[in-house]
Amino acid sequence: MKQFLIFVKKEWLHIWRDSRTLFILVWMPIVQIVLYGFALTNEVKNSTIAIFDQSKDAATTAISNEISASRYFKLVKNVHSYKEIEATFKQGKIRMAIVFPNNFSNDLLHSNHAQVQLIADASDPNTANTLTNYASSIISDYQQRLNNEQQLPYAINTQLRMLYNPELKGAYNFVPGVMALVLMLVCAMMTSIAIVKEKEMGTMEVILVSPLKPFLIIIAKTIPYLLVSVLNIASILLLSVYVLGVPITGNLWLLIWESILFTVTSLSVGILISNSAKTQQVAMFTSLMSLFLPTLLFSGFLFPVENMPLPLQVISNIVPAKWYYIIVKAVMIKGLGFSYVWKETLVLVGMTLLLLIISIRKFKTRLA
Amino acid sequence: MRTLKILLQKELRQILRDPAIIRILFIIPTIQLLVLPFAADYEIKNIDLGVVDHDHSAYSRKLVDKIVSSGYFRLKDYSASYQQGLDAIKKEKTDILLEIPPQFERSLVKEKEATLFIAANAINGVKAGLGSAYIQGIIHDYNQEVRMQWLQIPRFNSQPVIEVTSSDWYNPNMNYKVFMVPGILVMLVTMIGSTFAASNIVREKEIGTIEQINVSPIQKAQFILGKLIPFWLIALMVLTTGLIIARLVYGIVPVGHYLTIYAFASIYLLAVLGLGLLLSTYAQTQQQSMLVSFFITMIFNLMSGLYTPIESMPEWAKIIARLNPVSYFIEVMRLVMLKGSSLADIKYHIVAILGFAVFFNTWAVLNYRKRSG
Amino acid sequence: MQTEKVITAKNLSKKFGHFVAVDHISFEVNKGEIFGFLGANGAGKTTAMRMLCGLSMPSSGEATVAGFDVYKQTEQIKKNIGYMSQRFSLYEDLTIGENIRFYAGIYGLTDKQIREKSDSLLKELNMQEHKKTLVRELPLGWKQKLAFSIAIVHDPAIVFLDEPTGGVDPITRREFWNLIYEASSNGITVFVTTHYMDEAEYCHRVSIMVDGRIDALGAPASLKKDHAAKTMDEVFLQLARKAVRSE
Repeated sequence: MKQFLIFVKKEWLHIWRDSRTLFILVWMPIVQIVLYGFALTNEVKNSTIAIFDQSKDAATTAISNEISASRYFKLVKNVHSYKEIEATFKQGKIRMAIVFPNNFSNDLLHSNHAQVQLIADASDPNTANTLTNYASSIISDYQQRLNNEQQLPYAINTQLRMLYNPELKGAYNFVPGVMALVLMLVCAMMTSIAIVKEKEMGTMEVILVSPLKPFLIIIAKTIPYLLVSVLNIASILLLSVYVLGVPITGNLWLLIWESILFTVTSLSVGILISNSAKTQQVAMFTSLMSLFLPTLLFSGFLFPVENMPLPLQVISNIVPAKWYYIIVKAVMIKGLGFSYVWKETLVLVGMTLLLLIISIRKFKTRLA
Repeated sequence: MRTLKILLQKELRQILRDPAIIRILFIIPTIQLLVLPFAADYEIKNIDLGVVDHDHSAYSRKLVDKIVSSGYFRLKDYSASYQQGLDAIKKEKTDILLEIPPQFERSLVKEKEATLFIAANAINGVKAGLGSAYIQGIIHDYNQEVRMQWLQIPRFNSQPVIEVTSSDWYNPNMNYKVFMVPGILVMLVTMIGSTFAASNIVREKEIGTIEQINVSPIQKAQFILGKLIPFWLIALMVLTTGLIIARLVYGIVPVGHYLTIYAFASIYLLAVLGLGLLLSTYAQTQQQSMLVSFFITMIFNLMSGLYTPIESMPEWAKIIARLNPVSYFIEVMRLVMLKGSSLADIKYHIVAILGFAVFFNTWAVLNYRKRSG
Repeated sequence: MQTEKVITAKNLSKKFGHFVAVDHISFEVNKGEIFGFLGANGAGKTTAMRMLCGLSMPSSGEATVAGFDVYKQTEQIKKNIGYMSQRFSLYEDLTIGENIRFYAGIYGLTDKQIREKSDSLLKELNMQEHKKTLVRELPLGWKQKLAFSIAIVHDPAIVFLDEPTGGVDPITRREFWNLIYEASSNGITVFVTTHYMDEAEYCHRVSIMVDGRIDALGAPASLKKDHAAKTMDEVFLQLARKAVRSE
């Protein structure tokens, strides 16, 4: 036990003395959570538009004004031809163009029928859809007012409730995802690099001839990172609540313990990577390619897993961050208890055990 | 010039001799480009629907049928009470809940008015927004059908109607891959280029060979160029591989010119690699340089407009995005590949990226010191 | 005898914060001389050498190397010196031939010169068959000898060797010193730091550094006489005992 503690202390000193690395370890999560928490959002707002108004009458001006006044749109250009619309699209300046034909008001008043064309830049299909929806509803509101709000008979009304996030803020969706991403990266990447570094420096051999069991060596290497991670969890949660305004509606301790569990899973991934990597560069690349992207893509916070082809859906199940993301959403945002997340918790526990067993099996007490 | 040639020979030999290099440079990006676009599909479809039907009437059944047959929704749960329906949302079994009140049919027919309740899991705002817009649209259509049954609709509009037509340019099939593949390619090229460059000079520091270079009469700019050019070539090769995959696998043929892409890419890579080298002149260990470059690359990627639109970001974040070379290349790639923009269309992007290239490389040369203080 | 001075140092000092690593050292090195720079670990040998090579900026004092000033003319100095650092300095993932080509190339040798040089160098080291062997696969002693030969591949006026024989066996050390003698007989001035006292005996003149200062300077024979010692070892121990600082 004493040997073990000495070992832990040595690892701790490695981190503590390397002030730049420590700085990165503590600040990276903070910067990221703030940055992404605010900036990563797919709420559509301030989308740039151009208007091609061939009538320039009272009705088109009124509609144009309403559209540009809404928080979804920002009028950047009045254009005078379809050609100009195309050129503006090509310079990447606008997301949508609105075209009013000649005699708009006239048609509307005399034949009770006028047309307006919305041209969306569908290279990004979701934004295009959302923008078309928003613009159509502004136009139909205008039309309603023209009709003096006459209610047609046989009306089916709908009452809509947006649960958990009535303002449709992006942060509610992204913060849990960013938490998973940041914890995964800090833990897995740092440990894998730290272990491989000892291999590269040759100090690993010295440790391997010591009477300490390989299992304990691994544990000792990870404990300091676990401590740093707990610090990170605390700072991330504080920032989420007080800076990003994403409340913790569920049980705080449950959330913390689940986070620690996920940290342990991530550390195990790091150990596994370090077993197969020979140089820091390789460890780094493996972490980057096998952790960062899969976490980003398969955890479900950026892209819906249910849209993916079946093989990818299956793959997404082996990404620990996916399960953690579900847990955080449930506990933190929906305010649910353990009875709703025990399955996901079990999956994480299982993954951790499996990873550790493989790592210890593979951990070579003799360097090849 | 000759010194540069000697430096380049040495770098290329070292790079090509590393057995992991081919895997890291070509196989991994290829696999990623084959897999990621399938994963990065953000089309809102397959919305899981839960229904609580207290009415059990012909009307309510017809409405549910209509919603399910629209193709956007999958009926995942049929609950007896609102509470049960809500529980399905809690368990992530459903995304949206439609509650049809008792007497729905009766009140619609007798009182000529009825109300439906919709609850959406709004943690993912876009999904909730589009999902509820879809379901409301379907209910609206259904409403029209019901009216048609009961009312004689006049042939001419008695009231003014504004007809909204919409067209979707540049991607009429609304194919998400066309949007994502160019962006993902930029991300891969950037990550590979910058991380490699960042770890390179530090590696010479760690091994000790940098001392040997520092006591030689090599000029600083030569040394930096000698490091820059090989990675520049490699990154362009990765880009080429990616463009071939985009064409063969995804059938994405650029509307614009390949030359436009390469012209921009060659300047862009100078900027990104210059940044990587700059970082490595500061770092003392590979671990430091990799962490920092990784950190920066991650910020660059997530704030590049690849995943979420830049316009939606708060003002300060937009400034960061504008200071991010990656955002320019992603925009240019999409402009050229999807809209066929020419060099003239992207002139501001070119000027900006040229600025980054000069800035980072000058800084790297200035900061690389052959003598310590 | 009129000798040309290739290195002169006058009150050369280097401070790191409050720590004075090199404390007002003055000495001169003659052309073609093998000049030993002795001292315990941490005495300031490497720091002094790094200042002379233009790797480290002196805090005060004056020095010239090959007639050039260490403050302003470091790039000219670098054209005239070779350097072999304490840490192994060849590229492990390049072959012997490629390392020679690289280092000769960055000093501006032409392809023809490089070919001739590497042939004669490999012959001298008996490594002709290993031209295409990766440096990584060589035994340490070979690497050291190769590193030395490469450090003088461009025929510099002076070669600086920083503890070149650390960790190699006595036979290889002997061979290494034969290479040094040969370089010296070809007119290359050799400036070598070491803490092997038997190696000190091989030098024409030695200086012994203690706590950043030069405490003794002269030919090994006269130093032994001055300190009434039989070996350089004894001389060194007498001086080193006064040291206040250790590693």
